[in-house]
Amino acid sequence: MCDERHKVNVTCRVNGREYTLCVFPLMRLLDVLREELRLTGTKEGCGEGECGACSVLIDGELVNSCLVPALQVNGAEITTIEGIADGDRLHTVQEAFIEAGGAQCGICTPGMILAAVSLLGRMPEPSEEDMRAGLAGNLCRCTGYMKIFEAVARVCQKTGTKVNA
Amino acid sequence: MRSCLPDYELVAPANLREALALMAGEPGAWKPFAGGTDLMVLLEAGKLPHKRFLSLWHLRELKGIEVSPTAVTLGALTTYTEVLRHPVLQQEFPCLCQGARETGGVATQNRGTLGGNIANASPAADSPPALLVYDAELELVSATGSRWVPYRGFHSSYKQMDLRPNELIARIRLPRVGRPRRHYYRKVGTRKAQAISKVVFAGVAEVEGGVVRDVRIALGSVAPTVLRCAKTEAVLRGHPTVESTVAAAQAALAGEIAPIDDFRSTAKYRRRVSLNLLAVFLQSCLGTVEQGPGPEPWYGA
Repeated sequence: MCDERHKVNVTCRVNGREYTLCVFPLMRLLDVLREELRLTGTKEGCGEGECGACSVLIDGELVNSCLVPALQVNGAEITTIEGIADGDRLHTVQEAFIEAGGAQCGICTPGMILAAVSLLGRMPEPSEEDMRAGLAGNLCRCTGYMKIFEAVARVCQKTGTKVNA
Repeated sequence: MRSCLPDYELVAPANLREALALMAGEPGAWKPFAGGTDLMVLLEAGKLPHKRFLSLWHLRELKGIEVSPTAVTLGALTTYTEVLRHPVLQQEFPCLCQGARETGGVATQNRGTLGGNIANASPAADSPPALLVYDAELELVSATGSRWVPYRGFHSSYKQMDLRPNELIARIRLPRVGRPRRHYYRKVGTRKAQAISKVVFAGVAEVEGGVVRDVRIALGSVAPTVLRCAKTEAVLRGHPTVESTVAAAQAALAGEIAPIDDFRSTAKYRRRVSLNLLAVFLQSCLGTVEQGPGPEPWYGA
């Protein structure tokens, strides 16, 4: 049991592996990932839902992990940046970011890649406007975004879908 | 400074009945916690004075969008993403979809809920002006029953609302009109996404032969609560959308809003923009400008 003042058991799957944790119910998912599970690929930027650096997928939907309390992921399936490659084989979106130079300092990159994965998952042929809307919650202070959009466009070329202007 | 997590409780009732029973047992002790997009920000900033919360996120009874011939009824936990993807809402309540689309970014839209947006009671919220122009009604439930109230008048003053300590917002009902209407929604902020509004304007009108048959106007960020502008509507109703009517409506609106200077904008700017948006809305009713964001301000009167 897990009874240290107000702590609760939370069971969830992260990147395909099941965990049962004893945590404070309002602990941020971001801290659960980084501090309890040592999955430090997810970054903290603003800590208030403004920047998207801590983006992860919950049951396939993009969220800011700094705004999700641990209790609310009980029973959920979470995907972080550590979970999108297939072993040593990078995800197409990761490859495209490398090829297009879509990363500089790297702090926004894990969140940006998950936002791109989420966008392409629900919209395989995004227009430029779709891309801008899909990534609008993820701030990058280095690249100026153009190489990031180019990376997303590259994914579409690779997978044979086209980007509508 | 960050809040001390051991001080807080968040429990997940198994169903709505259990949630309402907990709230009835100790009125005021438990506060609702939906998607967390506002409350988690306060928690991290050390500004969440209340300590005991009920997590509603998983309650099925508060989810889903139902369409009947006379109304569209949304569970209070309906997310912005669900709003903006819904075909009937897109068709008949486009201001609400536009408001949802301009709230935060995709991640916020996936977690933020309409009920949460209402209960958070921010005068700068994006969806409430749309709910006001569509004459939304709220179902408030408690362990002892439920009541429907018009959303208009729900917020009595800054952050105050007609919600008892044992009540939850359960559903939001939008009556379907079935007649063609012009819809206009415009949020003015520092950028398109991830910004809180300086001014938000929603308007819906029935126009026939250049005459305003019926009109509803609501604004955010210009008063202590989101504001339905009944006096401005009265000036317009039954009148042609000619320049003199526009000027009279702008004068009425200037008297209804009470914007302030704060860290997001100034009272002067908010007043000017509000009047300009009213003019753009009225122009759009005549079909001379496109609806939605984009048109240049029309500096009339």
